[in-house]
Amino acid sequence: MALKTEPFVLNIGPVHPSTHGVFRMRTTLDGEVIVDLEPVFGYLHRGIEKLAEERTYTGVIPLTDRLDYLASMSNNLAYVLAVEKLAGVGVPERAEYIRVILAELQRIASHLVAVGAFLNDCGAYFTPFLYMWREREKIYDFFEMLSGQRLMYNYMRVGGFNQDLPDEFLPAVRKFVKKMPEWVDEYDRLLAENEILLARAKGVGILPRDLAINIGASGPVLRACGVKWDLRKADPYSIYDRFEFDIPTGTVGDCYDRYRVRIEEMRQSLRILQQAAEQIPGGPVKSEVPHYLHPPVGEAYAHIEAPKGELGFYLVSDNSIAPYRCHIRAPSLINLTALRDMIIGWKIQDLIIIFGSIDITMAEVDR
Amino acid sequence: MIASPGLNLAQYWSAVAADWPGGFWWHWLVFTVIIIIFILLLPMGFIYIERRGIGRFQARLGPNRTGPFGLFQPVADAIKVLLKEDIVPTTADKVVHFLAPIVAFAPVMMVFAVVPFGDGALLADLNIGILYVVAVASITSVGIFMAGWASNNKYSLLGAMRDVAAVVSYEIPLVLSIIGVVLIAGSLSLNEIVQTQEIPFILFQPLGFIIFFIAGCAEINRSPFDLLEADSELTAGFHTEYSGIKFVLFYLTEYGEALAMSTILATLFLGGWRGPVLPPWLWLLVKILIVFCVMVWTRAAFPRARIDQLMALAWKFLLPLALINLLITGIEVLAWPEGLPWVLIFINIAITLVLVLLWSRKFKLGWGRVEV
Amino acid sequence: MLKFEHYGKGIVKGLIVTMRNLLRHPITTQYPEQRLTTSRRIRGNELIWDNIKCTGCATCAKACPQGAILIVTAVNAVENRYAVEKYEVDTGYCIQCGLCVEACPYEAIYMGYAYERAKYRRGELVQTDEMLLASEERRPSGYMYPDIAAKLPEQTLLVDRDKVKK
Repeated sequence: MALKTEPFVLNIGPVHPSTHGVFRMRTTLDGEVIVDLEPVFGYLHRGIEKLAEERTYTGVIPLTDRLDYLASMSNNLAYVLAVEKLAGVGVPERAEYIRVILAELQRIASHLVAVGAFLNDCGAYFTPFLYMWREREKIYDFFEMLSGQRLMYNYMRVGGFNQDLPDEFLPAVRKFVKKMPEWVDEYDRLLAENEILLARAKGVGILPRDLAINIGASGPVLRACGVKWDLRKADPYSIYDRFEFDIPTGTVGDCYDRYRVRIEEMRQSLRILQQAAEQIPGGPVKSEVPHYLHPPVGEAYAHIEAPKGELGFYLVSDNSIAPYRCHIRAPSLINLTALRDMIIGWKIQDLIIIFGSIDITMAEVDR
Repeated sequence: MIASPGLNLAQYWSAVAADWPGGFWWHWLVFTVIIIIFILLLPMGFIYIERRGIGRFQARLGPNRTGPFGLFQPVADAIKVLLKEDIVPTTADKVVHFLAPIVAFAPVMMVFAVVPFGDGALLADLNIGILYVVAVASITSVGIFMAGWASNNKYSLLGAMRDVAAVVSYEIPLVLSIIGVVLIAGSLSLNEIVQTQEIPFILFQPLGFIIFFIAGCAEINRSPFDLLEADSELTAGFHTEYSGIKFVLFYLTEYGEALAMSTILATLFLGGWRGPVLPPWLWLLVKILIVFCVMVWTRAAFPRARIDQLMALAWKFLLPLALINLLITGIEVLAWPEGLPWVLIFINIAITLVLVLLWSRKFKLGWGRVEV
Repeated sequence: MLKFEHYGKGIVKGLIVTMRNLLRHPITTQYPEQRLTTSRRIRGNELIWDNIKCTGCATCAKACPQGAILIVTAVNAVENRYAVEKYEVDTGYCIQCGLCVEACPYEAIYMGYAYERAKYRRGELVQTDEMLLASEERRPSGYMYPDIAAKLPEQTLLVDRDKVKK
């Protein structure tokens, strides 16, 4: 006589200790196995796109800080590139190099959090998280030296930067670049071959390659599936075509591959940092831009390879002091659409791991 | 005390050492007080050691503001939790809800009745020592299931069912590794096991030690098997609906079980109270602390196993190794009945390494994705 | 299907790394007994106003994305400057972005250097006129002012405290 069971609905509420932000999932469970998943988000919506229409072009930059708060420099960079495309403004050489240095430092910082939070979700009780936070504090120090704040930098401006690098910045970055590979190797040794982690993360949450391309996934999520697509090589913006670096890819597209891709990307960022810190020229850091910018009527879209994926800003201008429309293509939101397909068939404990491995910041999803 | 033929009451008095002043009841009182103080103070010390220890493993200091070096932190924790309101859900089963922490905590205290603190210094020298320990320690899981059931909360029930399944599965390798020690010592009584340990049994039974350690960690729900009380897992565990004194009892049970497991491990494998210079009870304490520090170390270093991987580890990895260990120990004891020569230490360590490597290659963890 | 193919080597490596970190000096800073020196350009959580240099042009108020600055000036201009009757900053609205400091053409406004300026009441967050002047506790930071930055102490860099054992 067969036992009759029926699936029950479990609400993984907006507030609980391991979603990266406020995110609600209504899961339908059959025993321990997940049968269906309905994501509900919007708890962190602040209307950034609407607010951007009421501030000047420079006044939107503090708003973009608060999009993906773990990687503020990348958001600033994407927005500023979009405005420069719209207004046809050039940027001096030194400012380009500084932008690359800051973007790569920010990439390392963001991947440190991503990997640390993923390993924390796997259960390693904050140990790798705190180790990675040690390095992130060093990067905070650099950014604090430049802009005065540790998280919401508001440092990039249309046409370059308002303040040049202080004298102690480049020697400190060089010191960091010299010592960091040893630290990355140590963190690798901590958990990369750990059997428990392999058992939890290998083969779990596989994102098929075709599905990843179809939904428009980008960033480490896409590269872990084996697709060699990185905007810094495919559609180079700024001066990335002058640097030599590799694009790490995974093979299968499971959680373990995403973790490995992020660690390897940190190493490649260190390579770019070393080259940029050597090649940086002197000169001005800002080109002549009026205080209140009135770009000509038109539209522009600029995208960069943010740590989480392809971050794009679409700006429409009507020759006034503020953008007419600002739309943000958030990588976390697009990557999140794959969650349902990745999760069905796994268990609740895998849900936490798979969700952590996509590396979501809810502030970006909800804007 | 019914006098009936065949019931020899004098045997109760013979469990006491001959030179103990005051007789049976005085001995009982002293040891009961010692055990109660032991089991109420040491878990607090363990909490302190764990928090500072995990802090140091994570390159930070632990709590160091409450009292000198943060020594009063567990006291502050205890006072804070005791001052909280005792909330019982309205739809909960009140009697079971009330009894569950007591049923979970009492066996932990009872384990210490047979642990020797010195040569012959224990509350009751039962000649079934270690069997009593195994039997009593299993009652804790009944208490945990009562807690999960009485809370009327589907997450607690899920957590409690997982816990009972895990504890029952890990009992078997645990007991099998104990039997290896019993075979070498020739007795179930813990006092005699320690007295026969000229060379600590960890050297004769390295595989048994490893199996006991892993199974012990799984029994007491410590990392890497702490999926029931982990914050980043879904179900907050069987003690979701508990607050105040009842929660303190569960918390104390967790650390009390860690203490009990460390004590049994120190007694069975590391030589109990044996040691050259210091008084015997101090040696026992040092060995317990060493074992607990290793547990803290593993907690800091490893991620968590999933529930089906947990069960697979017990049934497919530990159980066959424990059986093979038992077989080899039996052969050795039969071949050298008057005492094992120390040459066997190296042979046993070699056998352990070979077995662990061989079994790791063949060990397959269970299921992948389920098609729905 | 996963095989335990690394024979427990990964587990042992993890234990070794944690043990090595145990033997390192912990990196905690015991605040408030020990403090790290902040950056010279820190955008601390208060604004400092110079009522002598300020002309009441309100460029800062226009640049502020939050609208936290309120300026009331008298109607007649004397000596080519307005008489500023009220200069009010609502520090609760301020997001410390520093756009006002960048916008001021007369260098009359600075970001604060201190970061421990919390208040007990919300009403005290709104600061006007004399409350905004520089003083012993309210020192300006070097954000956009390199000459002030040159006089402030150097920042503690955590990368200088790094020692990696092989």
